[in-house]
Amino acid sequence: MAAEELKTGPLEYRTQEGQMGIMGFWIFLGAEVVLFSTLFATYAVLFGRTADAPLPSELFEPGIVLVMTFLLLTSSFTCGLAIHEMRRGSVKGLTIWMAITLALGLGFLGFEIFEFVHYAHEGATIQSSAFWSSFFILAGTHGLHVTLGIGWAILLLIQIKQRGLTNVTSRKFFIISLYWHFLDVIWIFIFTSVYLIGMVI
Amino acid sequence: MHITDILVTGEPIIYGAMVSMALVGIALLFLLTYFKKWGWLWREWLTTVDHKKIGVMYILSALLMLFRGGVDAMMMRVQLAFPDLGFLNSQHYNEIFTTHGTIMIIFMAMPFLIGLMNIIVPLQIGARDFAFPYLNALSFWSFFFGMALFNISFVIGGSPEAGWTSYTPLSGAAMSPGPGQNFYLMGLQLSGIGTLATGINLMVTILKMRAPGMKLFHMPIFTWSTLVTCFIIVFAFPILTVALALLTIDRIFGAQFFTLTGEGLPMMWANLFWMWGHPEVYIVILPAFGIFSEIIATFAKKRLFGYHAMVWSMIIIALLSFLVWVHHFFTMGAGAFVNSVFSISTMLIAVPTGVKIFNWLATLYKSKIEFTVPMLWSLAFIPSFILGGVTGVMLGMAAADYQFHNSYFLIAHFHYVLIAGTVFACFAGLVFWYPKMFGHKMNERLGKWAFWLFFFGFHVCFFPQYFLGLDGMPRRLFITNVVEWLPLNVISTVGAFGMGLGFIVFVYNVYYSFRYSERETTGDSWNGNGRTLEWATTTPVPYYNFATVPYVDEIDPYVRMKEEGKTTYEESKVKPIHMPSYTGQPFIMMAFLGLASFGLVFEWMYVAVFGLLGGIIMMIRRSFDYDDGYYVPVDEIKRTEKKARGL
Repeated sequence: MAAEELKTGPLEYRTQEGQMGIMGFWIFLGAEVVLFSTLFATYAVLFGRTADAPLPSELFEPGIVLVMTFLLLTSSFTCGLAIHEMRRGSVKGLTIWMAITLALGLGFLGFEIFEFVHYAHEGATIQSSAFWSSFFILAGTHGLHVTLGIGWAILLLIQIKQRGLTNVTSRKFFIISLYWHFLDVIWIFIFTSVYLIGMVI
Repeated sequence: MHITDILVTGEPIIYGAMVSMALVGIALLFLLTYFKKWGWLWREWLTTVDHKKIGVMYILSALLMLFRGGVDAMMMRVQLAFPDLGFLNSQHYNEIFTTHGTIMIIFMAMPFLIGLMNIIVPLQIGARDFAFPYLNALSFWSFFFGMALFNISFVIGGSPEAGWTSYTPLSGAAMSPGPGQNFYLMGLQLSGIGTLATGINLMVTILKMRAPGMKLFHMPIFTWSTLVTCFIIVFAFPILTVALALLTIDRIFGAQFFTLTGEGLPMMWANLFWMWGHPEVYIVILPAFGIFSEIIATFAKKRLFGYHAMVWSMIIIALLSFLVWVHHFFTMGAGAFVNSVFSISTMLIAVPTGVKIFNWLATLYKSKIEFTVPMLWSLAFIPSFILGGVTGVMLGMAAADYQFHNSYFLIAHFHYVLIAGTVFACFAGLVFWYPKMFGHKMNERLGKWAFWLFFFGFHVCFFPQYFLGLDGMPRRLFITNVVEWLPLNVISTVGAFGMGLGFIVFVYNVYYSFRYSERETTGDSWNGNGRTLEWATTTPVPYYNFATVPYVDEIDPYVRMKEEGKTTYEESKVKPIHMPSYTGQPFIMMAFLGLASFGLVFEWMYVAVFGLLGGIIMMIRRSFDYDDGYYVPVDEIKRTEKKARGL
């Protein structure tokens, strides 16, 4: 393993470890795309198979989902600002924007949990029909990813406080920003192909 | 809960297995304690991140699983040759064919090949370890605990019995209650995570850690096959992850994906399973092709014929492997158009595969062949594999498949490709690279005995099964006292025992060679015929692999290095080498996740949550772990190299 360190360029790309870590994560995201594609395909195949449970058009409402979308899309933007601050070398800027990102993510999660509880009250649970199983698993897998991302980012915020900006910490933040943007992309697909289509059909 | 509620009782064969497992376990504990080897086990093996040691552990586990799966196979063959003996009852027979298939594919073929990749790929590209050594250890332990979980099922809780394909609704909670099927789901899930991680790890290793000057089209063909395989792993394994998770949620949390009650679709399982499952068979055959290519070029003493065609044919096979999954269930009624499309895509795979066959033959053409044991396995592979491939094309024709489907014709076909392809390659590769791993060769005379026994046993066992299939004998059938089928079944069983004998000789050869084989003095073990960088290292390979990494700008770089007298040790260029530290974390993390999986199998949620929390805590510890290894000082490298090279 080369221990040489480049003198220019973004911190996270200066060592070979950094470059390999980022490349490995991109490949991992490729695997995640396959994972979510499979869940989307499952959802599409099981669409309409609601058995005795309520129809999606009876439960899906534009209001709450739009708020969730707004929260998550904004969080992706603030996450980008955090990385921008990191590239400028500002630990403080990075920390503040990342904290805002996490707050928005938590807000998203809160609404999602509220929404799931609401559906369960109306008689749509993971057990009620094949359609609702696939809905809860698709949206829930995304929600689980957001939860893990929040926990992970908190660990990184502690580390940046302890160690400041180094090759390693900046690589870790760069990778979690990739992860966060990826979750945003997935959500856009969930918003359109699950909620929007579910509301009209 | 009483202990007899979870132990499998009432089967004399299983009692025997329990006793022998307990005895072997006690013997191991005693030996480790008596020779004071616990510290050694922990320091040298359980905490290692060295790709060579991890590879050895993979191969040892795979050989153990070959034994377990082989015993399953023998028991099936005994039942089929003597159906009136009452050797197995129908449920036990179902369990055995299920575990035989699952173990051979997931816990034997894949880890064996991944073990060889672990050891050889970094050596072939001039790397000092994997891109992510910690992750590599994690992968191994996830495989190991997944394997352990799957294997204890037959004494605790009961084995899965829905076939290795685990089709729903049979494998759902309604028709397969109890922990058996959960063992299948959790065992595969746990080891699947490790396989995905290995795929990413090897891909980054190959893309970013090659020797200076080595372009992609300078890479040895086995490394190429590994790279292509990793692509398949990364794009196929998440599908399995999802399929297993959905069925687990169905079974444990009452979801309706594959049920008949909540408008679920049992057919969807077949689709998801084979969208992973078909690429999976290429995951186990492409590395085999790579191994044979290396061995044939080495012992034909020629550059591999059609190197570029070989690479491109692998890439095309990899792409096509994702487009053929429906041919596993033509008879499920997808309709003529869909069946035709998948029939044609299936037959297309024969084209790049044919290209490879002709390239191997052209490599052999007019060469001075050296008939070593690895070469024998490779030469036996070509005609045997063609028999499997051609019958595969027959099965691929949708209209004809209605006749062959689920008969012994199919069984014979996939054993012909998986044994003549993958298993022959595992033996060939192990014998070929054995001196690199252990510093001595396997005995050639015993090796030939093992080869001929296994080779004849294989054909005697499986060739009759084509005809049994054409005579209408269905697979997974435990009563075969139909008079017309009996003679061929008896012949087949004789062959199976021949293979078993071959395996025993092979394993005995490991012991014999350890005791009596000459120790290697040079790194280029096969009479100086080595062509690629792994043979340029000394034997045994130092833990840092290469003192200095040579500049490579051609295929088979070691041939020219030998002509020019270059080695992987240029004293003036030695610099301190950065190496990763050993750590026990991967072992502990995966032990916790293994415990969590065990809890889920029995639906003991407290155990599952406890194991999961333990796993998460270990991940948090890893996040705060800033140990970035150590440097090997120049003095130590020089001392090691001088000793190994006898300078």
